[in-house]
Amino acid sequence: MEIEENFLYTKEHEWVSIEDNIATMGITDYAQEALGDVTYVELPEEGAEVEQFEEFVSVESVKAASDIFAPMAGKVLEVNRKLEDDPAWINKDCYGKGWIARIEVRDMDESTNLMSAEEYRNYLESLEH
Amino acid sequence: MTVETSLYNTPLADEHVALGAKMVSFGGWNMPLQYESIATEWEYNRKAVSLFDCSHMGEFMIKGDAKACGLDSIVMQAISDMPLNSCRYGAMLNDLGGVIDDLIVYRKGLRDWMIVVNAANIEKNARHFRAHLNSSAQFEDASFKTAKLDVQGPQSRDALKFLAPGIEKLTYYTFDQFQINGISCLISRTGYTGELGYEIYCPWEKAKEIWKTILNNATVKPTGLGVRDVLRVEMCYSLYGHELEETISPLEAGLDKFIDEKKDFIGCQSVSAHPPGKVIGYFISASRRSPRAGHKIFDTSGNEIGGVTSGTFSFGLQLGIGIGFMIPDANKVGMGVLFGDEKNKTAATVAKRPFYKKGSLKS
Repeated sequence: MEIEENFLYTKEHEWVSIEDNIATMGITDYAQEALGDVTYVELPEEGAEVEQFEEFVSVESVKAASDIFAPMAGKVLEVNRKLEDDPAWINKDCYGKGWIARIEVRDMDESTNLMSAEEYRNYLESLEH
Repeated sequence: MTVETSLYNTPLADEHVALGAKMVSFGGWNMPLQYESIATEWEYNRKAVSLFDCSHMGEFMIKGDAKACGLDSIVMQAISDMPLNSCRYGAMLNDLGGVIDDLIVYRKGLRDWMIVVNAANIEKNARHFRAHLNSSAQFEDASFKTAKLDVQGPQSRDALKFLAPGIEKLTYYTFDQFQINGISCLISRTGYTGELGYEIYCPWEKAKEIWKTILNNATVKPTGLGVRDVLRVEMCYSLYGHELEETISPLEAGLDKFIDEKKDFIGCQSVSAHPPGKVIGYFISASRRSPRAGHKIFDTSGNEIGGVTSGTFSFGLQLGIGIGFMIPDANKVGMGVLFGDEKNKTAATVAKRPFYKKGSLKS
């Protein structure tokens, strides 16, 4: 299972990469593997305000529909429109071209509610037992 | 991953694990969901040729005169007029006219039949046959000694013609005995994908050898139950537990054309006495958002008119597709409907079957 070292993670298997006050987010390798072929992504409205851990994206795979939660509170600055026609980018490159949204972070302290790569790795191991 | 022991395993369970399949429980069986991505496996099937392990399905061997032994009155389709070496799809019903299972009857001889049924229903079906066949019939449940491998796809004939010489002569819904590596197999030109294809019935203990022999041809790829469900929904084929149930009549399920109206069979009076309520219908989502079993169906004003029994994303249409039961007035090709729940509804249009029209089934 691939984990990006410098990213932060949620228990719901979202990743976030924070630069300045912009958080780019997506779902982890574990999540895309569990979902299987992603066939549809309902992206949030650009400009929408979201709270930390609020559901704000819906992802469908051949198997099922799943809710995706905002890893940080703030304003949705940009969404990955490429996913509208080719949601399989989430399977092919979940930490890169399969990013979902960029959020202008409202409160940087909220990052303490997230896991480091090391903590997320341990968390995944604990799920297997 | 280890081979699950609380479920039934087909003779190929460890082959699937060795090929890296994601395994799931299906109808009491430990089965491969997928080996690669479902999109890739869809391409293998629709563009080339793919191999499914369907050994979980049930096979009953019956010997007896169709009418005299009771078989003819158990199944709703006509069978007495079946040519030798032909197959016929149909179902058997309970006294109330509900579907116990859908099935295919194979006529192996004048008084020699094979009945192929769904895996989850093997025991219940065997009880039904034993209860309703009379003493002139010989009945054997051969499900656990008969493996079934499905070779499906536009190139399936090419993939099998050297392994099973003479297979080219099989027309749709006929079968014969062939030798693969000296192993005697019954092969029918049947399937559940909408593509040209064959179902190979062989002895349980020989399944691994036949599986490996077929996969020696690198153009043939193993495919799992995940894509099988997409393929069958694209063709609007019903699946027991979804579109077929003991509480659903064959008229509601759209199986009218498989009923022999001239004969008396179990459940026939109930079927004709009760006009159908909600009837099966097929609809295409206006977007990639896919309907799911359990979703409700609404008319465009938001009135509930039915429910979804199967739904998936169609790789052929690049849109969501669904099967459900709707009140007849709202269930007409071209009509707009909505699917989803009270909060979230997606537009769709009632469509003609099948959704996928480019299949090589009869080529």
